[in-house]
Amino acid sequence: MNIFMHEFKQKIRSVLVWSVSIALLILVFLSLFQSFASQANMVSELMASFPRELLVAFGMADMDWSNILGFFALLFVFCQICLAIQAANYGFSLISIEESEWTADFLLSKPVSRTRIISAKFLAALAALTITNAVVWAVSFPLIKLFDAGQVYQWKPVVALLSSVIIFQLFFLTVGMFISLLVKRVRSVTPFSMGLVFGLYILNAFGDMMGEKSLEVLSPFKHFAPSYIVNHAAWDFPLMLISVGIILVSLVGSYVLYQKRNISSAI
Amino acid sequence: MSIIIETNHLTKFYGKSRGIIDVSFNVEEGEIFGFIGPNGAGKSTTIRLFLSLIYPTSGNASIFGKDCIQYGPEIRQEIGYLPSEVFYYEGMKVIDLLKYSASFYRKDCTQRILELSDLMELDLKRRIDDLSYGNKKKVGIVQGLLHQPKLIILDEPTAGLDPLMQQKFFNLIKQENERGATIFFSSHILGEVQRLCNRVAIIKEGSIIDVQDIKTLQKNNYKKIRITSAHMDEKQFAIPGVSNLQRSDGSIHFFYKGDINTITHLLSSGKISDLAVEDLTLEEIFMHYYE
Repeated sequence: MNIFMHEFKQKIRSVLVWSVSIALLILVFLSLFQSFASQANMVSELMASFPRELLVAFGMADMDWSNILGFFALLFVFCQICLAIQAANYGFSLISIEESEWTADFLLSKPVSRTRIISAKFLAALAALTITNAVVWAVSFPLIKLFDAGQVYQWKPVVALLSSVIIFQLFFLTVGMFISLLVKRVRSVTPFSMGLVFGLYILNAFGDMMGEKSLEVLSPFKHFAPSYIVNHAAWDFPLMLISVGIILVSLVGSYVLYQKRNISSAI
Repeated sequence: MSIIIETNHLTKFYGKSRGIIDVSFNVEEGEIFGFIGPNGAGKSTTIRLFLSLIYPTSGNASIFGKDCIQYGPEIRQEIGYLPSEVFYYEGMKVIDLLKYSASFYRKDCTQRILELSDLMELDLKRRIDDLSYGNKKKVGIVQGLLHQPKLIILDEPTAGLDPLMQQKFFNLIKQENERGATIFFSSHILGEVQRLCNRVAIIKEGSIIDVQDIKTLQKNNYKKIRITSAHMDEKQFAIPGVSNLQRSDGSIHFFYKGDINTITHLLSSGKISDLAVEDLTLEEIFMHYYE
């Protein structure tokens, strides 16, 4: 419990910054909706003038922008990128920060097992991510209501989309943690998390564009594509299972690797 | 006397590079055990194996009679460790870190934290980031001792402390030892080892080359002999037991180990104008081991 509290406290400020930023992103995007909706024809014409491949790559095809939920699905892609970077940052730094700042010697010379350390750290990061998740839930409903331009729609697609966030976060948290334990040392977290997030994003974008199915099955941006979830008011279940599988493998792999890890010394 | 630390053929390779090779020695209860060797000899590797920060390639170590890996968390309950480099979590105050450290132990350490930081003149309210190297070191000392451990492991502990603080620190270590704690003291500074320790292990390039009583190490080993003579040639002294034979400024210097009568015999055979026979200082013994 002491490690959990310590880790959680270390993350409070970061959680606040991320949560507020993502809430603002949703606010700013949704506030633009009314002008889009009122000029729906012009927007459709504009979109039609772009090559279809480009729209597909950015997840903008098959989307009715003049519909509030279609618009929300579009903005949620950006929301997902932010959530992914936050989760990946926490994942990559979870264990590695102790080694890059040499605090591992302090922590591991205390009477605790490594299993307890990694569990406490993982749960603290998950708790931190859940706060951001809760903020996304809390702002989405009232803001959609506020900017819906009087349209009629159902909440079910929104609930389906928001429910996917926790698994989406877990994906980047666990994969980040696993990779950080596979490499010898993570000197700086940002290049790793940016690489993972944008790598998987681009994998999905290119996969869509080329109609290449084999690549995109690895990307959670495909597994939880907002356009699919909103259009179907449900998850793409088989694809989601791939995410869950990768999460489980990463989690088990992390425990095993951390148990065997040699902690390099400061000198 | 029970054995506190026991190592059996402990070996560690980092990939292909050498950590330590076939290290076996015991540390007994109540000892202040010195562990000396130059940088890179394997001192920290040995300590990190004790704490299961790293895992051995072969062999094993046990502390309090329990295997270091299997019973790691349990034995660390009674170990205090002061690493050679101290770095702590960003943005924390000294008192927060000490409380966090204390929260891992079953006993209440508040009183001891206050005593120790008072003794080491450590300001509990400051942020650790703002502290000087020496003051960070003091935080390390307090966090290593606050739970009154049965075994204290020190890895080059005095770097960064001024002579006055070093003195206080040594007194503190002596007190802990009198209280019953066993001390494992790794260092490359011989003076402090000489001052504090009962026994020493000397490590060179990953292997233990000697484990000795500090007094035996100094006494019954080598003599340093200097002769001033116009008539004698240094070649006369090239007998078994003599090493470091050299001539400078008209005098002959060498180290001698063996029957003292052999050398007095040899000395009386010629005419000498001056003679000095001394014990080696620990430094000289040490240098000798490393040649």
